Amino acid sequence: MLLREVGYARPGSLGEAIELLRSDDGARALAGGQTLINVMKARAGSPDGLVDLGWIEELKGIELGGDGTLEIGAMATYTEIMESGEARARPILGIVCGQIADVQVRNRGTIGGNVCTNDPTNHLPPLLAAVDAQFVIAGEAGSRTVSAEEFFLGVYMTAVGPGELLTSIRVPAGRADGFSAVTLGAEGTCIASAAASLNGGLRIALGCVDAVPVVLQPASADADAVRAAVAGANLDPPSDVHASAEYRAHLAQVVAVRAVAQASENRS
Amino acid sequence: MEAGTFANARTVSITVNGTTYEREVEARKLLIHFIRDDLDLTGSHVGCDTGNCGACSVIVDGTLVKSCMLLAVQADGSSIETVEGLADGDELSKLQQSFKDHHALQCGYCTPGMLMSATALLRENPHPSEDEIKKGLQGNICRCTGYWNIFDAVKAASQ
Repeated sequence: MLLREVGYARPGSLGEAIELLRSDDGARALAGGQTLINVMKARAGSPDGLVDLGWIEELKGIELGGDGTLEIGAMATYTEIMESGEARARPILGIVCGQIADVQVRNRGTIGGNVCTNDPTNHLPPLLAAVDAQFVIAGEAGSRTVSAEEFFLGVYMTAVGPGELLTSIRVPAGRADGFSAVTLGAEGTCIASAAASLNGGLRIALGCVDAVPVVLQPASADADAVRAAVAGANLDPPSDVHASAEYRAHLAQVVAVRAVAQASENRS
Repeated sequence: MEAGTFANARTVSITVNGTTYEREVEARKLLIHFIRDDLDLTGSHVGCDTGNCGACSVIVDGTLVKSCMLLAVQADGSSIETVEGLADGDELSKLQQSFKDHHALQCGYCTPGMLMSATALLRENPHPSEDEIKKGLQGNICRCTGYWNIFDAVKAASQ
């Protein structure tokens, strides 16, 4: 398909990329392009300029710190996370990345693109909210680090402001995690999703039932307690061709219980 | 063009099946159109143009991608393999021969993408399990629904 005419720039450093984004209100960051290029085809978005992040070394790589914290570059692809020895420090990351779309999309799509899109049906927003990830955002004045609760602001909206870039995501150590979703096709888009982490206290994050991941911290990992916590949460699920709001609210309970059961199994 | 400015076109150097092409391309041009329209390599197909069907799959620097989900300028400096590069002259690759032997195509529209995905799979994993074959071809749709013969052809080529 012929896209609308668009400018293209290829910065070699983070500083240059931020300068380019600041120079033009209509400029957008191009990461793996597995969402943005489709958005441009559909004319749902028509950026004036694309800042190609694919040539910036500072945004790549997956590092494991001495305390077990993973630092994942925003441009790390799903495939790189699946194959990274370091990323095995938090096994759920590679497992869930392996459930996204298909080989081709996993080879190009990035963790940064997935969360910055913040489509409620994406896999990684609820997962990263459940594991209490920290998001490092760089701008002209330097960088700041925010929690998932501060990062995800609305549908397609995050704390990354104009002239800013997500540079990396920090994920603390842990193995007792779970993820469960009802999807379109075997590994398609989520209709309802839940991630759970039982490292210390229980942390559940629900996807597809509100504009941002809904984080719950029930006192008990018992299935009844989890169901009650989800039922008592203030959810705002959409109704669409795939599921009514009521059915999504029901599915949220089902996938939350499954995710917590997985997390419990992975604890032992 | 400097790195620090926006431009609507750019000169790229892209190697396809061993031949290096230098061309000026518009930034908005998808890689599949560069391959098909600019280089006249029409083996790779445009199916859905939304990243779902996989008919445009090519291998870029050893990595399987959908070339309708990539701008040509993003592939600057890369080495690309397309379906035209699989055979050695008139001699089909083992996988192509297996597709022929197993009648692994009906209308043939998805075949170039299927071949590239299966080529990438067998390179990375020469003896995949049945599930691994299915997972490796998950990004490719055959609208004739002739999946079983495709599956059989890939399985036979892996043995």
